[in-house]
Amino acid sequence: MSQHAANRADVIIVGAGIMGSASAFFLRRRGLSVLLLERDQVGRFASGTNFGNVRRQGRYLSQVALATRSRGIWGRLPELIGDDLEFIPGGHLRVVYDPARIAMLHEYARAPETAALELQVLEGAALHEKFPYLGPEVVAGSYAPHDGHANPRLAAPAFARAAVREGVDLQEGVEITQVTKPGGDFLVQAADGRRYQAPRLLITAGAWGSRLSSQFGEPVPIETHGPQMGVTEPLPYVFRETVGVSSPLVSETIYFRQIPRGNVIFGGCFRTRPDLDTRLARAEPHGMLNQLAQLRRLAPALGRINVIRTWSGVEGYIVDDLPIMGPSSQVDGLYYAFGFCGAGFQLGPGVGDTMAELIATGRTETPLAAFDIGRFAQPRSESLAG
Amino acid sequence: MESGLVQQGANPPRVVIVGAGPAGVRCAETLLSAGIAPVVIDENRRDGGQIYRRQPEGFQRPYATLYGSEAGKAEALHRTFDSLRGRLDYRPDTLAWHLHERTLYTAQGNRQRTLDFDALVLCTGAGDRLLPVPGWNLAGTYTLGGAQIALKAQAVSIGRRVIFMGSGPLLYLVAAQYQQAGATVAAVLDTAPLRLRALATPKLLARPGVAWKGVQLMAALKRAGVPLHFGVTPLEILGDAEQGVAGVAFADARGLRQEVAGDAVGLGYHLRPETQLGDLARCAFEFEQATGQWVLQLDGDGRTSTPGVYAAGDGARVRGADGAELAGQLAACAVLTDLGRTAPGGLAERCREALAVQERFRLGLAEAFPWPARQMASLPDTAVVCRCEGITAGELRAVVREKGAREANRAKAFSRVGMGRCQGRYCAQAGAEIIAAESGVPVETVGRLRGQAPIRPLPLGIVTSEEEVSS
Repeated sequence: MSQHAANRADVIIVGAGIMGSASAFFLRRRGLSVLLLERDQVGRFASGTNFGNVRRQGRYLSQVALATRSRGIWGRLPELIGDDLEFIPGGHLRVVYDPARIAMLHEYARAPETAALELQVLEGAALHEKFPYLGPEVVAGSYAPHDGHANPRLAAPAFARAAVREGVDLQEGVEITQVTKPGGDFLVQAADGRRYQAPRLLITAGAWGSRLSSQFGEPVPIETHGPQMGVTEPLPYVFRETVGVSSPLVSETIYFRQIPRGNVIFGGCFRTRPDLDTRLARAEPHGMLNQLAQLRRLAPALGRINVIRTWSGVEGYIVDDLPIMGPSSQVDGLYYAFGFCGAGFQLGPGVGDTMAELIATGRTETPLAAFDIGRFAQPRSESLAG
Repeated sequence: MESGLVQQGANPPRVVIVGAGPAGVRCAETLLSAGIAPVVIDENRRDGGQIYRRQPEGFQRPYATLYGSEAGKAEALHRTFDSLRGRLDYRPDTLAWHLHERTLYTAQGNRQRTLDFDALVLCTGAGDRLLPVPGWNLAGTYTLGGAQIALKAQAVSIGRRVIFMGSGPLLYLVAAQYQQAGATVAAVLDTAPLRLRALATPKLLARPGVAWKGVQLMAALKRAGVPLHFGVTPLEILGDAEQGVAGVAFADARGLRQEVAGDAVGLGYHLRPETQLGDLARCAFEFEQATGQWVLQLDGDGRTSTPGVYAAGDGARVRGADGAELAGQLAACAVLTDLGRTAPGGLAERCREALAVQERFRLGLAEAFPWPARQMASLPDTAVVCRCEGITAGELRAVVREKGAREANRAKAFSRVGMGRCQGRYCAQAGAEIIAAESGVPVETVGRLRGQAPIRPLPLGIVTSEEEVSS
């Protein structure tokens, strides 16, 4: 009987990455009871393995409002969750090699949506004077003074611990395989037979999200990739800002940041192919070799140090490169926040806050229309035929 | 293709051996005798591995001086490899830093090359097995293996007055080698009580000659007036950051604090197989209770759980050089069988039989010189566990206690223990023991750190060689 009671809550959240953990925290803050279910350990797959970019610039304009809401929370983390997640608002520099892309940087900086970012576009000598480590091929850069970076390994677990302190029931090692709404409540069933019930359900299952949304007739075109990440040995702390290359050529989109300990963390240029079932993800050597060449091109001095570790993770990429976030288009009480296309880390706290607001009050001022799962809804007849 | 290789058919099987120590050399020899010319990758400048490390070109010390009672075996192995070199593709000074599916990634300095393989034999050897003690991060503390390399390769002692501390056969071997080379050995401090050696005698007598050599080493040290202490508990390596090591404090078998003065410490608790490549090849591991560490899952002949990947020598099971030579031949037989070739008649059977004896001896050593993991429960909070990152036992315990990190990789993620240049080689096992002690669970439930490329620090300036770009 008590077992049954323990497995009920106002909201069940499936997936304890940064989206689920932050949502749980903010839902509890709004007074709702929450069951947070995680198949593995908190924040293991996408949330714990990403680059750690706390970056607003370069995002689709439709995401900037959400990112700005999130940025506000990043600045208040110690008072909210008792941990700063090693967030350093040291700025973000987005550079280009192709002179034809300089106009794009200016256009982005002029967009009304990015006004709060206070972007500064620098070209040629002015850029190289301010950032003397940049390679000669870099022609321009957009500097975002309020962006920064943080430690992804710590983020989701810290939100989950704070959520647990607030009274969230976190259960790790629970693999949810079946989600239904047979009556008024959702019935959530684990592979090992455990069952959970709640009137509201939030799916924050990352790359596995569509496996659950499909059970409500809302499949999403999602692909699984992993980030290709690496870190160097420590060297003197000189790079305050995060630096990334903007290019239509994926193979040259390198980015790096340095932590006060001295290590330079890098990623980009390549996506690995993790396995959703074995959950194995590993950085691939051929991808890494190109990364190192691109790092030397971006910041030639880095060519003299050593790489000491590489890793990857499991990320969900939606076909249109935008996440799934908001209410279900089919089922009352059902919500989604998954498939953040390798760009969810900065958004995490804001997603949690926004989803909590939406679930608790039924509405939010933060625009989510672009992320509506309904954009992939099939005409009724087709979905029946399929 | 390089010149001088054995003539082969249109699609000869591509066999790569990593490591040119006793296992790798004997593996290559057996493969060549069956008409397969392997590629042999080795991190060292010269063949021989650690135990039969060859001195640099131009050094003139005779075999008897360098290898003592093992001189004949060392010379035989070197001669064998010299005779094979023209017939195989030998790549010294080369690091196998990653593998993906059936392609091995190697680096020679800044030069990157890939090697596709049908069979990969990991003869990667073993490294020093360490437990932290307060002060082990002071200048002048070396591993036993490091102390031995300094002597063997460069004829250099790690100090004027050297203290050897830890356990295992290497403790006495290195101490005796230092003593014979003219260094002052201030003391040998063994954490294993002497009585365990008596209890393990039936197993140790599987190799009576080797057991007798061990007794002789101890006797020689005693005759030379070197103080030997058994059943000690290391307390602290004394000294300061300016001057480095000044001595060692330990509790003797009766629990009384003693100090011994010295300016260098050789520290080690036998050996730890180098298994990183096997991990990247997704080979299964198993926890071995006898030695308290994770090892590759192997069939009797050296097959890992990953098809086409084999392991032999100390990287598979630490049986020493003789066992490595046998295991190398046996793994070659397994490769030949799996490739549909014929292994030399009766060789596999002979090796299996001889290895069974070596295995019994290995387990005897594990009983005689047990891994003193219990020490970690009482390691002071201020002691450094992860030297690369400078993380203390207290910081590691805090993430276990306060952040619930009871699994090795999680504790690494939270604390940075194992995130440095050594990739956890010198702190992962101690870290796991501390996590286990702090959460009150057996160490095997803590798991092991997942392998992450590169196998060793890799130059960011690495470039793909031209012939590869053009191909």
